[in-house]
Amino acid sequence: MTAPRDKLGRPIVVVTGMGIVTSLGAGKADNWAKLVAGESGIRTISRFPIDGLKTTMAGSVDFVTVDPFSSTGLSERMADIATEEALAQAGIGSKGDFPGPLFLAVAPVEVEWPQRRELGRAVGQQDFNYDDLLRISGGGKFAPFHHRFMFASVADHLADTFGTKGSPISLSTACASGATSIQLGVEAIRRGETDAALCVATDGTVNPEALVRFSLLSALSTQNDPPQAASKPFSKNRDGFVMAEGAGALVLESYEAATARGAKILGVIAGCGELTDSFHRTRSSPDGKPIIGCMQKTLADAGMEPGQIDHINAHGTSTPENDKMEYLTAAAVFGDLAQKIPVTSNKSMVGHTISAAGAVEAIFSLLTLEHQLIPPTINYDVPDPAILFNVVGNKAREARVSAVMSNSFGFGGQNASLILTREPA
Amino acid sequence: MTDTTVSKPGQTEVWITGIGLATSLGEGLDANWAALQERRINVDEKNFAPYVVHPLMPVSLDSQIPKKGDQRQMEAWQRIGTYAAGLALDSAGIKGNKDILSRIDMVVAAGGGERDLNVDVGVLTAEARGNNAPGFLNEKLMSDLRPTLFLAQLSNLLAGNIAIVHGVCGTSRTFMGEEVAGADAARIALTRIASGESDIALIGGSHNGERKDLLVLYEFGDFNLKDKFAPIWARKGRGGFALGSGGAFLVLESRAHAEARGAKPYARLSSVVADLSRRRQPGDMTATLEKLWGKLPLGKGKGAIITGATGAEPATEEERAFLKGHAEFPVRATGTMFGHTMETQFPLGLALAALSISRGALFPPNDSTRLEIEMQGAPTQIVVVGAGHWRGEGMALVEAVG
Repeated sequence: MTAPRDKLGRPIVVVTGMGIVTSLGAGKADNWAKLVAGESGIRTISRFPIDGLKTTMAGSVDFVTVDPFSSTGLSERMADIATEEALAQAGIGSKGDFPGPLFLAVAPVEVEWPQRRELGRAVGQQDFNYDDLLRISGGGKFAPFHHRFMFASVADHLADTFGTKGSPISLSTACASGATSIQLGVEAIRRGETDAALCVATDGTVNPEALVRFSLLSALSTQNDPPQAASKPFSKNRDGFVMAEGAGALVLESYEAATARGAKILGVIAGCGELTDSFHRTRSSPDGKPIIGCMQKTLADAGMEPGQIDHINAHGTSTPENDKMEYLTAAAVFGDLAQKIPVTSNKSMVGHTISAAGAVEAIFSLLTLEHQLIPPTINYDVPDPAILFNVVGNKAREARVSAVMSNSFGFGGQNASLILTREPA
Repeated sequence: MTDTTVSKPGQTEVWITGIGLATSLGEGLDANWAALQERRINVDEKNFAPYVVHPLMPVSLDSQIPKKGDQRQMEAWQRIGTYAAGLALDSAGIKGNKDILSRIDMVVAAGGGERDLNVDVGVLTAEARGNNAPGFLNEKLMSDLRPTLFLAQLSNLLAGNIAIVHGVCGTSRTFMGEEVAGADAARIALTRIASGESDIALIGGSHNGERKDLLVLYEFGDFNLKDKFAPIWARKGRGGFALGSGGAFLVLESRAHAEARGAKPYARLSSVVADLSRRRQPGDMTATLEKLWGKLPLGKGKGAIITGATGAEPATEEERAFLKGHAEFPVRATGTMFGHTMETQFPLGLALAALSISRGALFPPNDSTRLEIEMQGAPTQIVVVGAGHWRGEGMALVEAVG
C-alpha cells in the first residue's frame, strides 16, 4: 500500500475521470484510436467563407453544433460534453452535485461578429456610427448577448449544470491555460481545501477574426494544401501552428479520497510548475532560461530527476521558434537524454487547441501511460537537423512509459509544465 | 463556497505591504485619500452621453512605463494596470529588486481589451451598403486591423506587460469573470501565501471605462447609468452603473518575508471568501452574502464595510437588504466615487480598506440617502464586499496588524 502523501508530504493528486473533444471526435476511445493511427483532424474551414484569408484550414470541431452560433457557445458545449464524459468515468458525487470547485480555462470572451452584425442590421440605416449602435443596444432586445458574452458565462453554466462548489474560476494563461487549470486543482487538493476538483479547458475560437489576428502576427501555417499536412512539429519546413478547437475535462481527487471510495485511478499529477518569461509579448527569452526553469521547477515539484522522465508530450506547436526553443531548453534540462527520450506533439494531428491544449494533451499523456503506446508526430518527413529530439515520427511507438512531462508555453511569457505518472511514487 | 481564512494555527499571517492606485480621482495614495476626504467625484456626463463614466485622471505614463515602445504595444486598460502595478511595487519598496521580483506570484483579474471601433463600424456600414461578398469581412479585417492590437486585447497580456515592464517574473495567472475575478485573485494569492506555497504576490486589475464597446455590452442588459450621476444608493428605478477607469494593485506578503526585509504593513489580509449564488429567487443573493459574512473571522474591534456595489438592480437591492442586517458597520460604496471598474472593484476595495486602516480613519460618506454614516475613531477591521452585477459574490476581511 502506497502512502497517500507524496515525497514532500502533500496529498497525492490522482485523476479519476477524463473527457475529451477534439477535431478527431468526441470521447477518449474515438480520439485515442485516431490519434495512434496518425489521423489528422485538420480540414479546410467550412464554417465561414475563407476568401481573402492566408490560412484556410483549422482543426475545427464541426460535429458539435450550437444555435445561435458563437465561439463562446461552442466552447461551452464542448466543455459540457467533455465534463459529462469525465464525470461518468469518475462516478463521483451525484448528478448535478460535484463535491469540489471548478477551474476553467477558457478563451477570453467578447462580442462576436454574428451578433455584432445583427446589431448593425438592427440600426436599419446604410450609414451610421458607433453611437447609433449604442443607442439601439438596450431595451432588452439583445439581453441574451449580455449573458453570453460575460467572461464568467461558461463557468457559470458549468457550475450550474454540474453543481461544483464555491466560486468557479475562469482563467487564461494563453496557450498554457489548460495546464494552469490543472495546476489550480492540484494546489487546492494539496492544501487540503477539497478532496476533489473539476478542471476543464475549452476553446472554440476558430472564427474569422481570431484567425486574422494570429495571421497578422505571422503565427499560423499557410501550407493550406493539403490541410492534413500543415502541422508538422519539429520538421525543417514547418511554418506555423494550426488553430484548432477542443475541450478536455479532468476529475482530480486526493489519492486517499479516491481509494476510499474505490475509484479507478487513471494516473497521477505528480508535479506542476510555471515560470514567467518577461522578455517579449510573443517570443521566448533567447537564452530559454524561463522555460528551463519551468521544467526544472516541475521536476522539483514532482520530486523527480530528469532521468525519471521517459516521455515528453511536447508543446510542439509547429512554429519555427517554439519547436527550436523547446528542444534547446529540453537539452539544457535533460542533457544527453533530450536526444533519447521519445518526444511527440499531438498538435501534428489535432492542431493547437489554444486554451484547451494543456488539458487535452494531459489527457493524451495519461492515455499514453495507460496504453504504453506513444502517439505519433505526423508529417515528420523532413526532420529539422537543429532539433535532435527522438521524435516519434509518423507511426505510434510502443514504449515503457512511467512518467510523462507535458509542456505548455503561451503568449505573454506563460510557461507551464506537468508531470504525469501511472502510479503514485 | 470557497474560502481562505488565515486563522488556523500554523498558517502564515499575510500582510498588505504595497498599494498602487491610478483612478478617476488621481494617482497614488495621497491624491486618492485627499479626494475622498473632500468628497470629490470625477464624472463625465457629456462625452458618452447619455451614459455617465468616471474618466481616468491623466497620469504621466513615462514614470512607470519608461519605454514608448511598451506604451504603444498596450491599449489604455493595460497601460492603466501596468502603471498601477508599478506604483504598488514602489509602495512595497521592491521596484527593481530582481531577487524578489523573480519570485513574485502574480494573479491578475482582467477583462479584455479595446476594440478598434472604426474597423467595426467600417465593416458594418459597408455591409449595410451591400458589400456582402463572402470574403468581405476577412479582407477588411486582414487589411484594417492593427497587427499588434490582438496583444492589447488578450486578457493575460496585462500580466504579460507587467512582467515585461516591471520584471515581475515568478508566476503569472490571469482570472477572468467580471467582478468576482478580483475577489478570486485575492483569494488564491492569500491561500497560497497562507499555506506556505508562496511568500509574496502581486494582485490586482485595471479597467478602462471610457469605451463604447463596453457600453454596448452592458447596454445589452440595460446596466448602464444614464443621463445624470447619482450616488450608488440614490439611483432610482433600474439603477445602473457608471463605468469607471482605474487600476488597483496590492502586494501581499507573508509576515515573515515582510519582516525579514523590514517592510511595514498597511494592514493584514485575514480572509477572502467567494461564492456563486444562483440568483433565481429574490433573496438568493442576500442569503449568499450573509453566508459569506458568517465565514469571516470577525473580531470585537471597530468595523466598517467597503462595498463595490454596482448600482445595478436587482443586485444592489439584494445587497442593501444584507447591509441592513449589519447596520452597526458604517458603509462606503466605492462605485459612487470611482465608478464601476468591474474586475478592479474588489482590489480597489481592498486597497481602500488597507489605506483606511493605515491612516487610522475611514474616509467620509458620500451619499445623499444616509445609508452611509459617519464613523468616529479608527477602524480595526474592514469587510470588503464585491457582488457582481450579474453573477458572483466575494468578501474579504482586512484588519489592523496586531
